[in-house]
Amino acid sequence: MPGSPSSPPLAPAPAETDAPLAEFRRSHLLGLEGLSAAEIQRILHDAAGFKDVFTRTVKKLPTLQGKTVVNLFFENSTRTRTSFEVAAKRLSADLINFSVSTSSVAKGESLLDTAKTIKALGADLIVMRHKSSGAPHFLARRLPGVSIINAGDGCHEHPTQGLLDMFTILEKKERIEGLTVAIVGDILHSRVARSNVWGLTKLGARVRLVGPRTLIPRDFNIPGVELHYDLREGLDGADVINVLRIQRERMEANLFPSIREYQLMYGITEERLAWAKPDAILMHPGPVNRGIEVDQSVADGPRSTIDEQVTNGVAIRMAVLYLLSGSLASQRSLDR
Amino acid sequence: MTTTTERRQVHSAEEIDAAMTRFASEIRERFLGDGPAAIVGIRTRGLVLARRLHAALEQQTGAEIPFGTLDITLYRDDLSTLGAQPIVGRTDLAFPVDEMTIVLVDDVIYSGRTTRAAIDALLAYGRPSAIRLVVLADRGHREYPIQPDVVGFEIPTTREQIVRVNVRELDGADGVDLVS
Repeated sequence: MPGSPSSPPLAPAPAETDAPLAEFRRSHLLGLEGLSAAEIQRILHDAAGFKDVFTRTVKKLPTLQGKTVVNLFFENSTRTRTSFEVAAKRLSADLINFSVSTSSVAKGESLLDTAKTIKALGADLIVMRHKSSGAPHFLARRLPGVSIINAGDGCHEHPTQGLLDMFTILEKKERIEGLTVAIVGDILHSRVARSNVWGLTKLGARVRLVGPRTLIPRDFNIPGVELHYDLREGLDGADVINVLRIQRERMEANLFPSIREYQLMYGITEERLAWAKPDAILMHPGPVNRGIEVDQSVADGPRSTIDEQVTNGVAIRMAVLYLLSGSLASQRSLDR
Repeated sequence: MTTTTERRQVHSAEEIDAAMTRFASEIRERFLGDGPAAIVGIRTRGLVLARRLHAALEQQTGAEIPFGTLDITLYRDDLSTLGAQPIVGRTDLAFPVDEMTIVLVDDVIYSGRTTRAAIDALLAYGRPSAIRLVVLADRGHREYPIQPDVVGFEIPTTREQIVRVNVRELDGADGVDLVS
């Protein structure tokens, strides 16, 4: 509808005065472990402004006009890559989807050579997914003048997913501090879980990691984080349940006996949802294995935020591209 | 090297009050009445002034006048040259802008770039029948061919000087300062 009203206010509330929010002067977004609570709050705040844009007749902003964003995905991903693509296009950036399967990487070109080629083509920001933990950090050290955004590195971090999860919690609960968030599933291999743990604990939430003993790392010694192997205990009184996707290859690695047993022990059903608080929300980074980690009726139920997480992902990624492009400008002006 | 900053009030609270009263009559006479019209304030101090004007106009006319808030950060054309990014605010236009006269209110006009960004931001919501501009202080040095329809004070400045509009809602007292 032309000129439709803007959405109701979100938390964090926008400031009408010059808000005391942190400046964002980072050149890269590699993980949430290295960010301060104030920097995370700044990203979440700005993302609320970007979500406003979705209600406008013209959903395009001139903010990144003249900038080139490259999606460099060494692992398959539809959701994250498309989300960054929509975010970059709404900001008027030029976007290149670099398909690794049809590139010289398939001929054995190194990661650094690939990235150098992309830089030489004029990339300002590289959004990167890689199966090896630390790969985006490696590029960030070797490609001065280009901002690197980690879109998932091995079992390490997936910072924009962590941010969009926090943004969704803020929208639904209007706060993060003091909430209890249960993250259920394969914690050991989950970059989503790690980014959630770092981000949520920095903003004052209590995090419970819930799953089979074989899938929970024992060395997660972060204040505010508890480990639970019993689903009922893990969900008891939780405000948020964030369910992770179960990768079938983990079963083949004998980390749990069978999909059926996992579903019986840790699958979220209507009945088990009631173990959490009555107003608890259910999150999932997608894609959902319906009937395994979450029942169909729960995934599509009124407490599910799965679709909103996808929408919020675009707002978060717009905010990240916007904030990093400013840091890039200041870095370049220092270079001159 | 030390630099000294001189701050001098060039317009008082009483002068601002008088200007706002004049704005209300001019807006009523020139822009209200020819079809639907709305008052829209540009964040941050333009918004405060717009709220005052809106309250005065509703009182004078006895009619409900739509009111909106515009954040122009994302439409600025100098983002790529800035260092740290400006904080993104919220735009709130809870009415269709199509076929409306939009009275934009800002505190200071300088290069004209903010107004251009505000026009772009408005056009993302639809096609107003007209956009009018009301500013409290015009300090000159326009870089774009944009002129306000209603001006409170013309303040001659050098490019190095800053015109600062203080409002009681945010700064404790009204006044226009020239900072050199």
